[in-house]
Amino acid sequence: MANPIDLAAQATPPTLARKVRGLSDRAIAWIFVAPTIFLLLAINIFPLIWTIRLSFTNYAANKPNAEVKWVGLRNYERILTDEDIWSNMTTTAHFLIWTLFFQVVIGFTLAWLINRKFKGNDLLTTLIVVPMMLSPAVVGNFWTFLYQPQIGMVNYIVEFFTGIPAASFSMLGPGGLAPWSIIIVDTWMWTPFVMLICLAGLRSIPDYIYEAAEVDRASKWRQFWTITVPMVLPFLMLAVLFRGIENFKMFDMVNLLTGGGPGDETLLTSIDLKREAFEKWRTGYSSAYAIILFVTVFGLASIYVKALNKVKER
Amino acid sequence: MTTFLSGLLRLRRGPWEMLATILIALGVVMLMQPFFLWAYTWSFLVTLTGTVMFIIVSHFPE
Repeated sequence: MANPIDLAAQATPPTLARKVRGLSDRAIAWIFVAPTIFLLLAINIFPLIWTIRLSFTNYAANKPNAEVKWVGLRNYERILTDEDIWSNMTTTAHFLIWTLFFQVVIGFTLAWLINRKFKGNDLLTTLIVVPMMLSPAVVGNFWTFLYQPQIGMVNYIVEFFTGIPAASFSMLGPGGLAPWSIIIVDTWMWTPFVMLICLAGLRSIPDYIYEAAEVDRASKWRQFWTITVPMVLPFLMLAVLFRGIENFKMFDMVNLLTGGGPGDETLLTSIDLKREAFEKWRTGYSSAYAIILFVTVFGLASIYVKALNKVKER
Repeated sequence: MTTFLSGLLRLRRGPWEMLATILIALGVVMLMQPFFLWAYTWSFLVTLTGTVMFIIVSHFPE
């Protein structure tokens, strides 16, 4: 039987084979990598540079023929002294802090419970991770129905446990419940992700460490705080950073659930940015807004990569 | 502390990355805190400084 390499060489057109034979390994590597680099430049780097440029102008995308004026740092100055945008940042912070808190507490607890050996362990793990496999658009839509005051299941569950009439309140309406409603949905969807990362951390702890602790007569409580928590902490940090970055950029699910309302109660920065860019058509201003968010996410991502490398070194 | 300072003086990656990380984290906290408008105003500059510093110092020797 012929060697597959010989067969491939025979199948290569002679002119191409002659051309390729004359190239160095480095040149061939560049030929393979070039399309990716070109796409990266065209899709990521060029729009980024263009956005930075636009952030210093008063450009409006709905008025392509209007004169574009260079405004220097005025857009940045206006955004960073605007109390409404500051309020949106604190709304985002409220969403970020509470989702991270609930996801870490519930995710770690679930991982700790799932890590024990019992019948149906694999099936239960699969069922728990189902929410994070759904599209945020789907999740946003069906939770809108679940939160519906007349027909939604959530209101009836609240009525069953508290006696408060189901039709008397709206989870997504005025009354201060909307910020907590979006936190519940995000926690429901992404806790399994934190659980999986914690589970990986828990399973990476060798048994002999616990065995040594047993020999030293360390209590379960002490084992938990001196072995389990420190060993899982780098993984947990990784999950917190990843979810932090994702929730800082959160748009789709919240936009479907509340659209930033009622009033500005759930107006996250990404939703506000979309309004500035595509409803008010203040392109230059929204470019500066986007750059501020980008630098924040980029900074957090740098820390994330550093934390990831530390976990890899373990 | 002495090791950290000597690392900074000898332009070592570890302590400089730590400093950049602290700046980024401080910038993010300043951006999202609800108490002081001045902190929000200066947050972008702090985060940008930290991020640019992180990119530069990640090329320093270990």
